[in-house]
Order: sequence, then C-alpha cells, then structure tokens
Amino acid sequence: MDLSFVILVEMLYAIATLVLISAGLAVVFGMMKVINLAHGEFMMMGGYATITAVNLGVNIFVAMLVIAPLTVGLIGLVVERLVIRHLYGRLVDTMLATWGLSLFFIGLATMIFGNTTTGISTPIPGFAVGNYQINGYNFFIIVVSVLLVLGLFAILRGSRAGLIARGTMQRSDIAAALGYSPERIYMATFFCGSALSGLAGAVLAPLVGLVPTSGGAYIAKAFITVIAGGPALVAGLISSATSFGVVSQIFTFAISPVMGEVALLVAAVVLLRLMPQGITGRFFRGKL
Amino acid sequence: MSLNRRDFLGGTAALTAASLLPHAAAAAGKIKLGAIHDTSGIFDAYGKPMDQAVRLAVQEINAAGGLLGQQIDISAYDTQSDMALYSQYGQQLTRQDKVDVVHGGILSASREAIRQTMRKTKTLYFYNVLYEGGVCDRNIFINGVTPAQQVEALIPYAMGKSGKKVYILAADYNYGQITARWIQKFVADNGGETVGVDFFPLDVADFGSTIAKIQSVGPDLVVAPLVGGAHLSFFRQWAAAGMKDKIPLASTTLGVGNEQKVLTPEEGNGIMVAYNYSQQLTSPANETFKANWRAAYGSSDNIHETAVSTYQGVKTWAKAVEMAGSLDREAVIAALETGISIDGPGGKVTVDPKTHHAVLDVHLMEFDNQQMRVIETLPQRQPIDTQAVCDLQANPNDNTQYEIQI
Repeated sequence: MDLSFVILVEMLYAIATLVLISAGLAVVFGMMKVINLAHGEFMMMGGYATITAVNLGVNIFVAMLVIAPLTVGLIGLVVERLVIRHLYGRLVDTMLATWGLSLFFIGLATMIFGNTTTGISTPIPGFAVGNYQINGYNFFIIVVSVLLVLGLFAILRGSRAGLIARGTMQRSDIAAALGYSPERIYMATFFCGSALSGLAGAVLAPLVGLVPTSGGAYIAKAFITVIAGGPALVAGLISSATSFGVVSQIFTFAISPVMGEVALLVAAVVLLRLMPQGITGRFFRGKL
Repeated sequence: MSLNRRDFLGGTAALTAASLLPHAAAAAGKIKLGAIHDTSGIFDAYGKPMDQAVRLAVQEINAAGGLLGQQIDISAYDTQSDMALYSQYGQQLTRQDKVDVVHGGILSASREAIRQTMRKTKTLYFYNVLYEGGVCDRNIFINGVTPAQQVEALIPYAMGKSGKKVYILAADYNYGQITARWIQKFVADNGGETVGVDFFPLDVADFGSTIAKIQSVGPDLVVAPLVGGAHLSFFRQWAAAGMKDKIPLASTTLGVGNEQKVLTPEEGNGIMVAYNYSQQLTSPANETFKANWRAAYGSSDNIHETAVSTYQGVKTWAKAVEMAGSLDREAVIAALETGISIDGPGGKVTVDPKTHHAVLDVHLMEFDNQQMRVIETLPQRQPIDTQAVCDLQANPNDNTQYEIQI
C-alpha cells in the first residue's frame, strides 16, 4: 500500500519533470515553429540564475519562481531581437543559429562560473509515508507543473492575449490585417517560452549538480516530449509527458534506472511510428 | 616586395633554428615530468588538487636541489573530464614532449586509455588513485588502495554498526562493477547477505525511484561506490528524503574528492568510509604536508585522498630516481622493485615488487561535521587481491588487467 503510493508519487514526479522541461520548448517550437536547440542552455542559465541569487542571500523560492524566469526571459528577448526574428519560417536556419547559441551560452557560463559542479540543497525536508520516506521536494515540482499547465491553458484559452497569440500563429497576415503587429506578438511569445525554460532549470537546480553543459541532458527528452505530443500545445504536453513518465517509471522500478531511460526512448520510437503527427494529431484533435 | 626561393628558404631555416635553440637549451639539464589530470569538467573535484599535489611535490624536490642535480620541469595537461582527450594528450606527452615519467589518470577508463601508450613508448607511468585492482603491467606503478585493502576493512566495520542485509549502489563502469563484486564477497565472508545491487551511468542525477526501491527491500546498510558530481545527488536526495537516520551509509568513493565538504553536516554526518588519508590524521608527516600545502596554495582545505596519493607517487618516483642514480626506465623500475618506502602524509607507503601496487595504511573513518574523523588505523595492508593474480617477478611481460575471480 505504502509502496504503491510511493511509486505513484515517483510517477507523478517523472511526469511533472517532463512537463516542466518541455513547456518552454512547446511554446517556442509548438507555437512558433522555431527549433530552439539552445533550450537546454536556457534551462542551465535558469539554474545558474537561481544559485547565484540564493548565494546573494535571496529567498530560494523567490529566486526560483521570479528571478530565474525573468532573467532567462530577458536573455530570450535579446536573442529574439538579435537572431531569431530574422529567421522566422526558416526552420533549418533557426536550428543552425540556435545550435550556435547553445555553444555560445555554454562557453559564457564556463567563463563566468567555471567548469565545475555547483548546487544548492533542497529547501523542503523529506517526510514519512507509512514505512517509506519521500523527498518532499518532489511535491513542490508536481505542484509547480500542475500550476504551470493550468496557467498556460487559462491564458491561451481564456485571455485576449492568448487568443491573439493563437490567431497570429495560425495566420499572421490576417492578424496583421486586423491591426495586430505579428512581430511584437512573436517577441512576447518567445519571451514567455524562454521564461518557462528558465523556470524549469531553476526548479530542478536543487536536485542536481549543475555544470555549464547540464543543458544537454534535457534537450533530447524535451524534444521527444514535444514532438510526440503533436500539434495541440497543452493536451499534447500532458498526454506525451504522461505516457513517457509512466513507461519510464514502470521500467525503472521493475528493472533499473537505465532500463527506464531505454524504455522511454523505445516508447517514443514506437509512438512516432504509429502516430507520425504525434498523439494529438490523432486524439484530442482541435483541442488546445 | 619580391621574395625569391633562396631568400625564403634561408629565412625559414633561420627561423626554425631560432625556434629550436631555446628549446634545446631548456632540454639540457631538466627532468621532464608529465601530469595528466581532469582539472575541469565533472571530475575536477578530484583532478584539481591532484594537479596541485604534483606541483607541490615537484616544487619541494626542486627547492631541495632537484633530482640528480637537475631541476624538474612539469608538462601538465587538462583532460577536461573527457576520456577522448586522454589518448590525445597521452600521445603528446610521450611522443612530442618525450617526458621521463607520467603521473596521472583518474577514472579507470582514463588509465586504460593511456596505459598502452605509456607501455609502447617505454614511458614510466604512475597511477595514483584508489581503483578496482588487478592491473598487472611492469611499466605502471599504482599506489592507491584496492578493494581488498579498503573494502576488507570497511565492510566488517560498517556491518558491525548496522546489520547483515546490505544494498549496493555502484557507478556503472569497471570500477563500480568490480568493487560491487568485492563488496558482495566481503559481505558474504562476514556472514551477511547482499539484498540488492544497482548500477548507475555517470550522468544519472535522479535517485528518487532508487530510494523508494531501497526502502521496499529494507536493508540494514547501503554501500555506495558512486562516482562524480552527478552521483553526489544521491547523498543529497537520500538526506532530503529523511533516510539518513534510518539506514546507515558506507561508501568506497565518497570523500575521495572531499565530498564531505560539499555535503552539509546534516547530509553527511555518520557516513562510513575507509581510505589511506584523512586531513584529521595527526602524524608529523601530515602536519608538515598540510603546512607546505597552505604555504603554496593559501588553504589546505582541498587536500584529499587522491591528491595525497599523487604526492606520495611523485615522492616515491623521486626516491627511486635518486637510488638508481639515473632516469633510465629500467634502472628506476629496478630501484622501485627493491621495495622502497616513503613516509607520506597518509602513513608509510611501500612498493610491492610483485605487483607494482602499494602496501599502505588504511584508516577507518566517519564523516563528522564536514571532516573525516579517524576511528581506527589498520597498518600496512597488502594488496592481496592483485597479489593473487599478478606476479611481475615471475612474469615480467604481463600486460593485463585481471578480473579477479572471487
């Protein structure tokens, strides 16, 4: 009984992590069709922003939830203005440009922070469930990603800004004809996507040892989750993160953590073979 | 401006000669020592102090008049925690720099990446790290503790303080795999039972499911030969889950890179380890060593096991060169094989002629407020694991890493 609860929490945690690391990419790639290969580095910078802020005496939650997303969002803004905006609609060129950016950011972080492992301890203590002890921080991550998904859904579905953004992504010429500037909307969307990446990196920072190359560990999983999710932003994110999280945790518990990773990748291959358009290309069509 | 062939050739020749000159001048009367360590990247916590240890040892030798009346010059390379760079820099050290001896390598994978290059180019090689044992090669000298020396001491002590059921978490490469087997053997020898073994690639940083799995098995003791920065997350997450006071931890690697100082006291206190060195050793040799280190680098906080092994390795080599009266590889090996010893910061270190490993003191320790408190010293342990398979006196051409059958 206790064990099944623990496994359930670990599964939710795995799903939440996937949602978290993919959300920023889902906005940038899913909505704007910009293949941001520097997504992992945006996360890495979120982590460093948090650690730097905490070391300067800022409350860790403020650092993770406010400072890191803002910092990375602003970096994203600069990147959009200088590089990305010249490349909208040129898929392959954005890949090349953002790959270069990712190398640049790794180099920059190495210069500033050094090529060493840094980290902070988790701010939430563990607690007991029957005979088991659980890492209390897992719940924090689950809560953050639930709020994130709800927020994303509410903004895109319920707010005027979300409506305009969605409209612009579908037909930027019509949006322009109605008096909205697509350029500014793209800029704002890229800012939001970058801020989400920064948030993910920040929230995961206390669980890992951070190095400038840490981003590489997330990029593949983020792309797999977003691509397998398909065209619908929120529904795709949830459905693919859930499938992969459940599959990888089942194999992790049944066999080993390595097999968990393998199972995730195999599941992705099978899924994309059966549903080349992603999960929401077949189910939940037309949903958000 | 016109440039004819004669002018060009003449100029080039002069340039070449000019660039060779200082080099030739420097080469005369200098001994070249190669150092190859990861001083950046995820293994830099191990590598940086090792590099400093080489420099300190060489500085001391040079200050005392050098070796055979010559000063020692260091050629050091940073392998950036990248195994591919070991082969590259190994080649550079032996073929381009043509050094007299190489000290270095951290992970077993890095040692195996350069060991054959050293052997082929007849460059004497010192590997100064605790490792899984079994390397049998006349060209290499190893002065870190091997599993038999370390695990044999650690496991009975840790089991005595906890219980008979042991769970093993190991890094997934040769060191972790082989050490896990040794742990299983000594657990069985001491009447215990291994209830689970898990291996983790070096980049795994999420141990949530593992911690749950361990609890479902319910061992009395967890032994963790985990390696590197990512694996440090385990000890952090173990404490974050509140497990630290429920199931005791022992490790054969934690503390080698001074991890006791990265972990908070709440995360680290009580973790049991066994090594050749602790900063808390009170021997005169250690006090002098720490004072010299402070004089050279400001603070002695970053000294750790493999740095001390490296320091002892350079000192052992220097003593052998003095004894041989030459830098000739055969003469130095012959001197080392007389079984010479030095008094290092970690205690007396003696070269075992049969295996080219070291006979040394092993100290049982516990983490205590970010220090390694010495509980008991087991003097002059033999590397019995490697001795069981390797005899370089009888078989000097051996060139194998034996997987010791347990």
